[in-house]
Amino acid sequence: MSGRVLVGVKRVIDYAVKIRVKPDRTGVVTDGVKHSMNPFCEIAVEEAVKLKEKKLVKEVVAVSCGPQQVQETIRTALAMGADRGIHVEVSGKDYETLGPLQVSKIFAALAKKEQADLIILGKQAIDDDCNQTGQMTAALLDWPQGTFASEVSFEADKLKVVREIDGGLETIKINLPAVVTADLRLNTPRYATLPNIMKAKKKKIANVKPADLGVDVCSRLEVLKVDEPPQRQAGVKVETVEDLVGKLKEAGRV
Amino acid sequence: MTLFMQALRFSSSRLPFICRRSRTYSTEAGAIERVISAFRSVSGDEGVSVGSAVREQHGRDESAHRCRPPDVVVFPRSVEEVSALAKICHHHQLPIIPFGTGTGLEGGVGALQGGVCFSLRKMDQVLDLHQEDFDVTVEPGVTHRGLNSYLRDTGLWFPVDPGADASLCGMAATSASGTNAVRYGTMRGNVLNLEVVLADGTVLHTAGKGRRPRKTSAGYNLTSLFVGSEGTLGIITKATLRLFGIPESMVSAVCSFPSVQSAVDSTVQILQAGVPIARIEFLDDVMINACNHFNKLSYAVTPTLFLEFHGSSKNMEEQVSITEEITRDNGGSEFAWAEDEETRGRLWKARHDAGYAALALRPGCKAYSTDVCVPISRLPQIIVETKEDLIRNNITGHVGDGNFHCLIVLDPNDPDEVARVHSFTERLVRRALAMDGTCTGEHGIGLGKRALLREEVGPLAISVMQGIKATLDPKNLMNPGKVL
Repeated sequence: MSGRVLVGVKRVIDYAVKIRVKPDRTGVVTDGVKHSMNPFCEIAVEEAVKLKEKKLVKEVVAVSCGPQQVQETIRTALAMGADRGIHVEVSGKDYETLGPLQVSKIFAALAKKEQADLIILGKQAIDDDCNQTGQMTAALLDWPQGTFASEVSFEADKLKVVREIDGGLETIKINLPAVVTADLRLNTPRYATLPNIMKAKKKKIANVKPADLGVDVCSRLEVLKVDEPPQRQAGVKVETVEDLVGKLKEAGRV
Repeated sequence: MTLFMQALRFSSSRLPFICRRSRTYSTEAGAIERVISAFRSVSGDEGVSVGSAVREQHGRDESAHRCRPPDVVVFPRSVEEVSALAKICHHHQLPIIPFGTGTGLEGGVGALQGGVCFSLRKMDQVLDLHQEDFDVTVEPGVTHRGLNSYLRDTGLWFPVDPGADASLCGMAATSASGTNAVRYGTMRGNVLNLEVVLADGTVLHTAGKGRRPRKTSAGYNLTSLFVGSEGTLGIITKATLRLFGIPESMVSAVCSFPSVQSAVDSTVQILQAGVPIARIEFLDDVMINACNHFNKLSYAVTPTLFLEFHGSSKNMEEQVSITEEITRDNGGSEFAWAEDEETRGRLWKARHDAGYAALALRPGCKAYSTDVCVPISRLPQIIVETKEDLIRNNITGHVGDGNFHCLIVLDPNDPDEVARVHSFTERLVRRALAMDGTCTGEHGIGLGKRALLREEVGPLAISVMQGIKATLDPKNLMNPGKVL
């Protein structure tokens, strides 16, 4: 067991930004818009760093796929306590069409190359809401998966994961190596402090190309158009119950 | 209404140059109709509202003062719109009331004479962050939690934190403070520059446009003048703030004491020992009881101190051990600890929810909070005396800077109770003033403490303030009826 954990961190538009659709409806406006680490990825990094602090794992490696700017996101992970980073360079058209299938192929290849024991990812990204990368990565590696984790602990040589499901909480025990995806209540991520940001500048980020990992990032999907959600219509006040029923019938609701 | 009329007569008879034309403008219904189309041409149809629900929402804050809705609410999107709207109000002699998040505690947003509420929430951008210089400029729609969330990757934060998630420009307007003030100061020390729109639409940069040196000795300090002016001198449309590094380590602790005296004595000694403590909060036994019930906790029901230490992991140990020695010498209990984000959050939630916890003790009642501040050495005496004076209410507060709050739960429909609370507040303030203190540590004067301000600073200082007000707002349109 190498004691190595890979953590995926995705650079997304900050959750507090008001999203605007591009006039040509091919996507959303990203120029000049604040970006930050996907909140679920922050939780994943926090969990990995906590495991290292408890001496249950030895090394935390933060991985991000994208253009030059994703290095900022990796640096944030390093400031939170990750030991080193890997920047998988994907830019231009390839980056615009980068999705869970290609990313999971990249992670699977990296997991083998780095001999990782554990991969922790956020359960989904707040821009595409796919919720697929963790599951696909586990399938490609033929590893067990503990998704929507709200609690992770080691029991002997297995991983105990408490999962948030519709009906409540499900507890499973899975063999290592494994893939875990972090849900909201797994932990509260720490803030990167200035001293730690300074220290993080000295940590190494390796550059890798998808081709070096034998991964083809060509997308099988084509985005046809992107639209804003329909505008909310104003409500109508009615005077009597009869009016209300009449209006409901008109709208085909009754 | 009666109280207000008395105060108005009082002030205007002393100071003849205060504009006597402060009658109710709103009764002139025609005046409002004429300006609404002018407002719409500036801010668009969605930027102007006369709906009763919207007006009521903008006529109250989180105090027990009753709702005083404006005649119209406008939602400007830029400083240019604010200036244009202000010019219209100035021309038509309409009162202007700035509105941030409506989380004030002194009735500062009530439109006593009707008029136009300027709701600034659409101006919500964080502008010009300079990480290496530790400063940032924000618009009024940005709250302190919103800013700290924006800054979370940078290792910087803005530590002034009043209980509510208030607008930063609103916090500048009320010279707000928070639980961290003992270490990081209040808004007074942390606002570097302001962009303000005056009653006639003039846009003023108090320290010069775009300037953000960490210190200056250039000219009269206009920035400080507007900080704490509570919307009576101008509308703050931008604030340049001083940021701090997020401390490497934050540790919180709770310690209970056998008596109020021992808890407050510990506070004084901790500060005198030079411990750079970040927060010292005092909750009395009634408050702790309320918090226990509300948050399902089980703290001992006696006077308690909530403490927080910020620093590097190394000097943390030293700070904590000095403090523990002091509290132990005063009969304090063992510390209950918290170091990680989650546990600390739970610990402080108890303190931050104090208001709601108190309300939960008497459902259907309103919480009336009043705060005073005294030199730290007088704190034990004033708290003990106030406790004796209390009928059935709670004390909580940031004792680290001599500031404490009395949280009183009252039935606003019971005139006898209201009167008793009112006279209790006056006694409390007079007690604080007698100890060289102030009638408000951080809530501001607003509507209810104007007479007490006069007692505190004296008629001469009041007339100087009136002079400044008359210079900047000769028509008395800016938030009339507040502060002075």
